[in-house]
Amino acid sequence: MDLMEKNLELVEIQKLEGHTDRVWSVAWNPVSSHADGVSPILASCSGDNTVRIWEQSSLSRSWTCKTVLEETHTRTVRSCAWSPSGQLLATASFDGTTGIWKNYGSEFECISTLEGHENEVKSVSWNASGSCLATCSRDKSVWIWEVLEGNEYDCAAVLTGHTQDVKMVQWHPTMDVLFSCSYDNTIKVWWSEDDDGEYQCVQTLGESNNGHSSTVWSISFNAAGDKMVTCSDDLTLKIWGTDIAKMQSGEEYAPWIHLCTLSGYHDRTIYSAHWSRDDIIASGAGDNAIRLFVDSKHDSVDGPSYNLLLKKNKAHENDVNSVQWSPGEGNRLLASASDDGMVKIWQLATKP
Amino acid sequence: MDSVLTNKNPIIYPKRTRRYRTDQSSTDEFSSTNRIRDIKDPEHPELSLEDLNVLTEESVEVDDHKSYVRITFTPTLPHCHLPTHIGLCILVKLVQSLPARFKVDVRVAPGSHDKETTVNKQLGDKERVTAALENPELVALLNKMMQVC
Repeated sequence: MDLMEKNLELVEIQKLEGHTDRVWSVAWNPVSSHADGVSPILASCSGDNTVRIWEQSSLSRSWTCKTVLEETHTRTVRSCAWSPSGQLLATASFDGTTGIWKNYGSEFECISTLEGHENEVKSVSWNASGSCLATCSRDKSVWIWEVLEGNEYDCAAVLTGHTQDVKMVQWHPTMDVLFSCSYDNTIKVWWSEDDDGEYQCVQTLGESNNGHSSTVWSISFNAAGDKMVTCSDDLTLKIWGTDIAKMQSGEEYAPWIHLCTLSGYHDRTIYSAHWSRDDIIASGAGDNAIRLFVDSKHDSVDGPSYNLLLKKNKAHENDVNSVQWSPGEGNRLLASASDDGMVKIWQLATKP
Repeated sequence: MDSVLTNKNPIIYPKRTRRYRTDQSSTDEFSSTNRIRDIKDPEHPELSLEDLNVLTEESVEVDDHKSYVRITFTPTLPHCHLPTHIGLCILVKLVQSLPARFKVDVRVAPGSHDKETTVNKQLGDKERVTAALENPELVALLNKMMQVC
């Protein structure tokens, strides 16, 4: 199935209003999906210091705000992430803390607050098994937290190495390898060679190996975990690849190599990039647009080349801060968050 | 504020006449951009950025069609340690008075400051600008700079 040949468009399903300041990030509950008979659930976090939980009614199909998580964070909530079980939501805030919320069905309760960062926490991410979290901050550090019994969290590692503000942390989708990207223009890969060993920086992707020339804002992996997309203030998306089989066999660390750069498409900073399960990359940028890219599938000897599938101009009235594909298989919903205070739900559909 | 002044004897420049649009456009970006020249210097509150030639008419580039405004400012000294405050103040002033559709870039004039690249990158990072503006002490300083005589 060649997506380029289909006449696809991004249709706005619904605009979710409620936040009173810019919306920084959205996160799909990984367990929710129409295919499973469970209503999709989306979390959004904002400069209004709150997190909103949105749910789609299985009857009317419309989205409503199910609950507002407030009066816990005292500053902007910059990022939110669901645990793989979908039972917990982690929230990273400019107040220097990370909140852990438990879903009790009809309401959420903050069961733990992770402290330690010297200033704003920018991002939080769960590993694939849900056994640990990572956070990062303007204090240039990346922390790894172990999930203990009884709603307790232990700081397992404080990773230093970035020379500036760390913008995002993201665990690999299948392995306990951690990635971070920074205002220092680099992406760092953190890994513990022994299972009980200490995490170390095993690779730095910087300008000297075809890396970005300005702040790196976001990291996302494809479904197989052998490719990664990063986006930057330098107005480019970069695709990286690795030998995942070698990595998984436990032989040794398989380095990430630059595969290609997508330049010339974006007019302003790209704040978010997300790779869908069926290989579509979405980007959200400061030019108010959402763009979708696909591999040209030419099986070129020179490696992959990505083409613009479509561009949604004026997706929002202001910067697009986050784009996230829904986790369902056939379901091609995309959520976006913006400085205009809105969350939008999009459907990738064939033009009539 | 530091007790020791970075620039003890600032040069004061004569005022230039300001351009005003004759049509009564409700989205008059020139009146918005004119207003930033009245911002006070953080060290010499009796002087405006225009008085010190930090901002001039040439500092402002407006592209109405593209909804874009670019401001280039010149700190009073190459080693002045307050250009980020001045840049933040310009940003806040413009965001307050311009229509939401405008994208604003505020930059140090090329060659005019030792840490030009660093300052420009900070001013271009809206996340760090946002976080800075959640600091009440900084906001109080910026508000003082924006007070009109």
